[in-house]
Amino acid sequence: MSVLSTQHLSIGYRRKGTANVIQHDLNLKLESGKLVGLIGPNGSGKTTLLRTIAGLLKPIDGNILIDDKEFLLLSQREKALNVSFVLTEKVDIPNADVFDMVSFGRFPYNNWRGNLSKQDRTKVFQALQMVRMEKMMHRYINELSDGERQRVMIAKALAQDTPIILLDEPTAHLDVPNRVGIMLLLHKLAHTTGKMILLSTHELDLALQAADLIWLMSENGGIECGVPEDLVFSGSFNRTFASDYYFFNEANGNFSLNYPLTGKVSVSGNKMRVYWTLRALARAGYEAVENAPLKIEVTDSAWILNQKEIFSVAEMLDELNNLNGNTSL
Amino acid sequence: MHSKNHLLFFAFSLLVVFLFLADLAWGSVAIPAKDIFSVLCGQQSSSIYTEIIVNFRLPKAITAILAGASLSVAGLMMQTLFRNPLADPYILGVSSGASLGTALVVMASGFLPFSFVGNGWALIISAIVGAALVLLIVLFVSFRVNDIVSLLIVGIMFGTIAAALVSIIQNFSNPDAIKLFLMWTFGSLSAVTWNYLQILLPVVLVGIGIAFFLQKRLDGLLLGENYARGLGIPISQTRSLIILATGLLAGGITAFTGPIAFVGVAVPHIARGIFQTSSHKILLPACMLVGAALLMICDIITQIPDYTLPVNTISALFGAPVIIWIILRRK
Repeated sequence: MSVLSTQHLSIGYRRKGTANVIQHDLNLKLESGKLVGLIGPNGSGKTTLLRTIAGLLKPIDGNILIDDKEFLLLSQREKALNVSFVLTEKVDIPNADVFDMVSFGRFPYNNWRGNLSKQDRTKVFQALQMVRMEKMMHRYINELSDGERQRVMIAKALAQDTPIILLDEPTAHLDVPNRVGIMLLLHKLAHTTGKMILLSTHELDLALQAADLIWLMSENGGIECGVPEDLVFSGSFNRTFASDYYFFNEANGNFSLNYPLTGKVSVSGNKMRVYWTLRALARAGYEAVENAPLKIEVTDSAWILNQKEIFSVAEMLDELNNLNGNTSL
Repeated sequence: MHSKNHLLFFAFSLLVVFLFLADLAWGSVAIPAKDIFSVLCGQQSSSIYTEIIVNFRLPKAITAILAGASLSVAGLMMQTLFRNPLADPYILGVSSGASLGTALVVMASGFLPFSFVGNGWALIISAIVGAALVLLIVLFVSFRVNDIVSLLIVGIMFGTIAAALVSIIQNFSNPDAIKLFLMWTFGSLSAVTWNYLQILLPVVLVGIGIAFFLQKRLDGLLLGENYARGLGIPISQTRSLIILATGLLAGGITAFTGPIAFVGVAVPHIARGIFQTSSHKILLPACMLVGAALLMICDIITQIPDYTLPVNTISALFGAPVIIWIILRRK
């Protein structure tokens, strides 16, 4: 069981002698076998925090401990034995295949010529199996899709065999199946390998489902840590992403848009169809309340409005507008 | 896959040996192969042939090998360091820096109470310092401008500045020194005597030694600086060593042969194409062989009867189209 902890960590950038502090006094804790999702608005310092823990950026103040070792005092190689990472920058090496790319992960272990030992090869192959890319190991890197490429970079980090893996927006630029696939993969890896995996993401709903813990960063209010559901119940998401235009919908874990709601309507019936009906109504400017004069009954195949049976959302909205126009006259 | 590389290395080694012998045989005086072997084996032969081969063609052929290998290795390291396929000692003004260093020694020696000219060490050290200095400045600039073409323009500007400074120095120099310097700028492999080779060889060996020592780190740099750091590579130390090695190789060669264009940029691309790899473990020896072969071919072409063309012109004819091809392919 390893633990990474930060003590009074201040992160930010130094420019011409003055420090631009983005977050300060962070006391965080990362434990083995956990997938942690780092979430926050742009500019809250997600990448800065990851780069600081990766050892790519010096903290303004404070300490980072891995177990009881002071991370910042380690040599470059010792750091590489503790932390591996996947960044957002795209790597293109002509003539390099998948196996070559993942082999880079063995750099801290192999000799000065970079020759792979039998054990190195085994580790590389195991890493490829973990991301299910072993069948493509002789494919050239620049022939891969974005999703495959991301899996290869994760395999490279796995081959580095470190207790901590950091990923900066690993699901950016991917389509939905790949996003879900990568999240599931990371979740499984954290639980089966016992690694600490910290990833930043903008995919709120995915992170809420896959992450064991959420680090919620707000623009200057520090970081709230907790199990996703606890943060939902405490209203943390709404505080962090406060806006006039949208709100964090606690019913579904998504952001919902704040439409100007002028009309009122009561809705009842089939649960799944009610959910989608409410979305359409919100877009059209109707708020769902109990006991409004306008009532919609949602059945398994239709909507009953004003004793009239309607078979599509479009017609239902038309009818509603007609009725509303009439009542307001 | 590995046996294919062994075969390629064997073929290129044979080619280099063949070109070396051809380079000895070819010239204004044609020397039969039989006499070349007897001279090389130290057997008695015609004294004129011995004179030509030992004191003229042998050092020239060795210089061609050293220069081809050094400039190609320097070009490879620069392409990796800048992550830019067009980086090369000549294009990025490193050779111009070496020129400036050389010009200072050759022409400014007129003002000095003691003579520098003919002192190989003074020449090579000033060229290496000039080369490394320009490399440092270009590296600093490359942190700010990151696109290929801008860096190219910056390199050309450094070349222009160096040329302007050289012109200013020329204005204050005596005609003999200017003539000496102008001869140097044409680029000539035959200017390197056995005395100079004694200086050049250790300098080149140290430069290539550093390059081989860095082979794994150079591979790591292909991933970009952040990833390389994450793999435990000490970046600033590595960068300094690359600059030192490139300075030794490009500066050392330029000091004695004058600027030789485009070998450094073209050869790494040819080697990557032939050996189908990006691994420096293979590319470093491959560049040495291909570079040596290419420059000997250039040297053989320059030896057309009655005329001797500057080697710089022939290497430019080979290399410049490679650059155009790289730029077109990136679009």
